[in-house]
Amino acid sequence: MYTFSSKLRTGAFVLMILGLLAWGYGYISAPATVEEAKAMVADAHHGDGHGEEASHETAAHDAHAAEGHAEDHSAHDEHLLHQLQNKPWAALYVAAFFFMMISLGVLAFYAIQRAAQAGWSPLLFRVMEGITAYLLPGAVIVFVILALSGMHLNHLFIWMDPEVVAEDELIQGKTGFLNVPFFLIRAAIYIAGWVAYRHFSRKFSIAQDTAEDNSNFKKNFRLSAGFLVFFLVSESMMSWDWIMSVDPHWFSTLFGWYVFASMFVSGITVIALISIYLKSKGYLEQVNDSHLHDLAKFMFAISIFWTYLWFSQFMLIWYSNIPEEVTYFVTRLEDYKLPFLGMLVMNFVFPLLVLMNSDYKRVNWFVVMAGIVILLGHYIDVYVMIMPATVGDQWYIGIAEIGAVLFFLGLFIYVVFSALTKAPLTPKRNPFIEESKHFHY
Amino acid sequence: MSNKVVQALYNDDDVLLSAVKEVKAAHHHIEEIYTPFPVHGLDKAMGLAPTRIAIAAFLYGCLGLTVAITMLNFIMIEDWPQDIGGKPSFSFLENLPAFVPVMFELTVFFAAHLMVITFYLRSKLWPFKEAENPDVRTTDDHFLMEVSLHGNEDELTALLNKTGAVEVKISEKH
Repeated sequence: MYTFSSKLRTGAFVLMILGLLAWGYGYISAPATVEEAKAMVADAHHGDGHGEEASHETAAHDAHAAEGHAEDHSAHDEHLLHQLQNKPWAALYVAAFFFMMISLGVLAFYAIQRAAQAGWSPLLFRVMEGITAYLLPGAVIVFVILALSGMHLNHLFIWMDPEVVAEDELIQGKTGFLNVPFFLIRAAIYIAGWVAYRHFSRKFSIAQDTAEDNSNFKKNFRLSAGFLVFFLVSESMMSWDWIMSVDPHWFSTLFGWYVFASMFVSGITVIALISIYLKSKGYLEQVNDSHLHDLAKFMFAISIFWTYLWFSQFMLIWYSNIPEEVTYFVTRLEDYKLPFLGMLVMNFVFPLLVLMNSDYKRVNWFVVMAGIVILLGHYIDVYVMIMPATVGDQWYIGIAEIGAVLFFLGLFIYVVFSALTKAPLTPKRNPFIEESKHFHY
Repeated sequence: MSNKVVQALYNDDDVLLSAVKEVKAAHHHIEEIYTPFPVHGLDKAMGLAPTRIAIAAFLYGCLGLTVAITMLNFIMIEDWPQDIGGKPSFSFLENLPAFVPVMFELTVFFAAHLMVITFYLRSKLWPFKEAENPDVRTTDDHFLMEVSLHGNEDELTALLNKTGAVEVKISEKH
């Protein structure tokens, strides 16, 4: 049995409190009126920002070419105010989604291991179950943020704003799908499906420890296969709802896969990091460097898979250059050049070079280093998916963003490591556990 | 005398593996082992050095990437920067996404083919090569260990028989 070290528990609480305070500061310091917003931007852009500001003006002029000048300026200022007010909300949403997504990615990986009857991974099942314990609180927090958006407490989703929809025929055409009650019902169904699978799979997994036969194992196998079907559909729709709909004018068909690859590689990385941590504390004695090697191979391969999807989406849109699609990447390349291209280095080039060598995949600190870079890279990935539509060119990784990440990191650590204490870390009576103990690559 | 080798035949890969360990422990030099299929762990038991073909493949991949970049940059950007459907041929970076598929494929092509050719060269394989098979049964269901003979012939034969060999014979080195 694992005991939650008091140091780690204190650390988790410190992270949560610090994060909450920092995020709260970001929330309070968001502007309440147009004048405050203008003053903030004037301060921030004092001196070197003139060229940039001129380009915004042109963009705004192009967009509202038909409207009058005065009206254009007040619309621009209001737009700016909304962007600045969105900042703490978007920071919260990105971090909440990121940690929920890690847990969901681990759940998908776990279901695949069970459905594929993998012989190497049963030793790590309890670690994966521990990580997926975060899914319920994490997804509920995301749901609450979505519900608060639906109650017009923020402007994360512009299609939720009746004034915007009234003037926007494109969104009007989508209201059959994009309306708040249906949106929340869908979200509740996805979350219920994921959490239900997690609950029953964990139950059968623990029941198998003391069972007389393999019936729990078989039930888990069937349940996992069924879950994977549900997951592929729900994950794809979740990515349309929770991420793609912040840009309701834009659509991409492989978006669901792209988000999936991101959550999958983050999830596998977290499994590797937590396994290495637990092993270093002496809790996973039978996990050897071959298990680590396999996880690192998955990190390597899925990083490349993520890049493949990223590039497929980018290149198809860049190549055909259809105005209605390409704005998505134009805003990102103009306003988010460093994070947009930087995440490619962190999510592709770095793991490609670091994790290619078979020997390095067995070295703990190498895997930890690559893992931290991959996780930061995928945080930026989510950031670049959400921020351009919610805060636009007003982005900045400042106190609110870091605070939100710290808060959810603390919560994640607390929930995951509490769950790890609830059951023995080595499953008993799993038909593949002996194979897993002797796994050698 | 020095030109002779002892050939021990086995009919089980587990017996072969333990025989390899015993022969190594008795400090005899194993010239070669012939098996009908890959025996897991044989190279470790024999103490063979790990292969470096993956490193070669990585370098070939880098070469392929360089070839692709140089070729595309020269043809599309430097030699005749034509406007083809509005693609920005002003610099390599501006038109990079369109080149990535070619860069990727050439990297894989060079890495794969040159690695295979390296493998053939290093293992001396070619179409009209004469087969070096000391016993035809080794391609079907027997394993053959060849140990160089220095000194006592009977002692080595006894050792090999003890390790579970189904047949031990002495032959001239080919």
